[in-house]
Amino acid sequence: MPALDGGGGMNASTGPHAQTPAARAAYDARWARIMACVRLEQPDRMPVGLHSFFWPATYGGISYRELMYDYDKAKQVCLDAVLEFEPDGVFPLLMGTTVGRGLEKLEFKQLQWPGHGVGDMQPFQYLDREYMTADEYDDFLFDPTGFYLHQYLPRVAGAFEGFAKLPDFAGLHYFRLVHGIRPFALPEVRASFEKIVAAAEEMNVMFGHHLDWTQRIAAAGFPLFNGGNSIAPYDFIADYFRGATGMMKDLFRHKDKLKLVLDKAAVFLARMTIRNARAADHPIVFIPTHWAPDAFMSPKQFEEFWWPSFRRMLLELIDAGLVPMPMWESDCTKRLEVIKDIPPGTCIYWFERTDMVRAFEVLGDRVALRGNLSPSMLTTGTPDEVDAAVRHLVDQVWRKGGKLILDGAFGIPDETPVANVRAMFAAARKYAG
Amino acid sequence: MSDWTAEENQLIEWLADMNEDEALPLARRMLLQDKADPMRVLGLCRAAMDIVGRRFEAGEYFLPELVLAGEMLDTIGAIAKPLIKAAGGGAAQTHGKVLIGTVHGDLHDIGKNIVSFMLDINGFEVRDIGVDVPVQTFIDEIKAFQPQVVGLSGFLTLAFDSMKETIDAFDGAGLRGAFKVMIGGGQIDETVRAYTGADAFGVNAVEAVGLCRRWMGVAA
Repeated sequence: MPALDGGGGMNASTGPHAQTPAARAAYDARWARIMACVRLEQPDRMPVGLHSFFWPATYGGISYRELMYDYDKAKQVCLDAVLEFEPDGVFPLLMGTTVGRGLEKLEFKQLQWPGHGVGDMQPFQYLDREYMTADEYDDFLFDPTGFYLHQYLPRVAGAFEGFAKLPDFAGLHYFRLVHGIRPFALPEVRASFEKIVAAAEEMNVMFGHHLDWTQRIAAAGFPLFNGGNSIAPYDFIADYFRGATGMMKDLFRHKDKLKLVLDKAAVFLARMTIRNARAADHPIVFIPTHWAPDAFMSPKQFEEFWWPSFRRMLLELIDAGLVPMPMWESDCTKRLEVIKDIPPGTCIYWFERTDMVRAFEVLGDRVALRGNLSPSMLTTGTPDEVDAAVRHLVDQVWRKGGKLILDGAFGIPDETPVANVRAMFAAARKYAG
Repeated sequence: MSDWTAEENQLIEWLADMNEDEALPLARRMLLQDKADPMRVLGLCRAAMDIVGRRFEAGEYFLPELVLAGEMLDTIGAIAKPLIKAAGGGAAQTHGKVLIGTVHGDLHDIGKNIVSFMLDINGFEVRDIGVDVPVQTFIDEIKAFQPQVVGLSGFLTLAFDSMKETIDAFDGAGLRGAFKVMIGGGQIDETVRAYTGADAFGVNAVEAVGLCRRWMGVAA
């Protein structure tokens, strides 16, 4: 398949917004900088990413709730942040937060968000629950789509509750099809469809604002860092189906079925990711990982349960011309030798708490690196401390040939003082171009 | 513990080795058929958990083993506790009291629950007051429970300020001298400890147990 270059096509589209030749050149230079790192080539300077969830609200002086609900205010604060800091790549900021109306219309149950369980100045929080019981592995394995329709979607979103009454689609044939469609006329099924259409319409409005914002920043010379995102098969099942403790028990109680489910999920997650990346016309795929850290399972469990299905997925994405960007959450130092096993020059590995110098030593000839200013330092430290931390990474990684993309450990934490973000970007320019 | 019988040692070994399929039927038989002293069976569970804790500290066991061990002990405890009550047994002597909760604004509880469980099976009396706990609730609960250690948990970066505010309020209420404060959670490090004014932080449940042991003068 042809590689997506992300430097042209829809990602670079400026829509109705005028772009000066200088802005176009700046856009191209920024994108080239990121892609040089991916290919393990030397860019003209160290790129810096801008990634966050609620920090644009802190920056722009609006509430977290407004960032989730007010499309125009959200676009403005996210645009202002990009224009001030001039990052080389920008997370699709609205996609990560400005979904309050969509969540409401879907009657989404897996999050609590401002006005729905948490206060106006608190980020949304995921509710770790068992959304699929251990007894349901067989149903999932036999027919994931049927499981989604009848069990999973009604559990996670109120708008889908009527779907529990839908017929089994496998088996609807000939006169069975004619007789079998009667459930579609049930009041609760009709109500579900009406709610889903309303939610879809809302998300079309939201997506229009997202597109408008990306076109504005592109016109100003700033590429999106990633188009779509994805998830590791293990995390997908642990977070969104079995829940944290359910999954940990499954490592002992249901290990064979778990492996089958992971294999199956790796296939449809890769397909979904490739489809979405092509729709977004952007090669870089952001993949936050949750259950890979050193402390969460033994090296043996990691190599048996976590890594194989994820590696297969990474290779499929790479084959499709994409650039996976896993964010290795927490400390993954003991995983470095294992996760090194991918083709060189194809991925960006973003590390949260893993020692970046150690990561560079192990992976410097394999992947571009991203990160990893400490969240506690960014939120509670001084600009001088931020400056020193950037300098440390520049001296120990960038100047030694590491293809480092500077960022916070998981982007800019929500509460970070603006002065510290200014110090981060200023230090990057001061020490590394 | 050298005075266990061969069968008792077998239960300890199966529990410590995560051999749930063999351990639970044996424990059930001991309690319900053999009429073993339920306190003694719980003693076997504690002995097994000592091994689990040591293997965790040695980097052999990780969170999944702690979670499964917790589940096995819950199952055995549910059978043993009514028998202890029926026999008129009282509560076991504990090393001391720990109050634990996730600070306000933060709804995460996985880490807190594992810490609570590890403290409990290591002989501490734990009162877990849940998630998103307002400052005043902490103060009210501390006054009622009189713990020697207060554990504040938090996963989000917003928890830094919530922890600081909570600990400041302990000072403000004149309570602080009566107990030690430990903090823990995904982003907690020495920077956060200094920022919040906590006495110590821990990166996992075994460290939390170690802090409580040290503060309460319990031999490891």
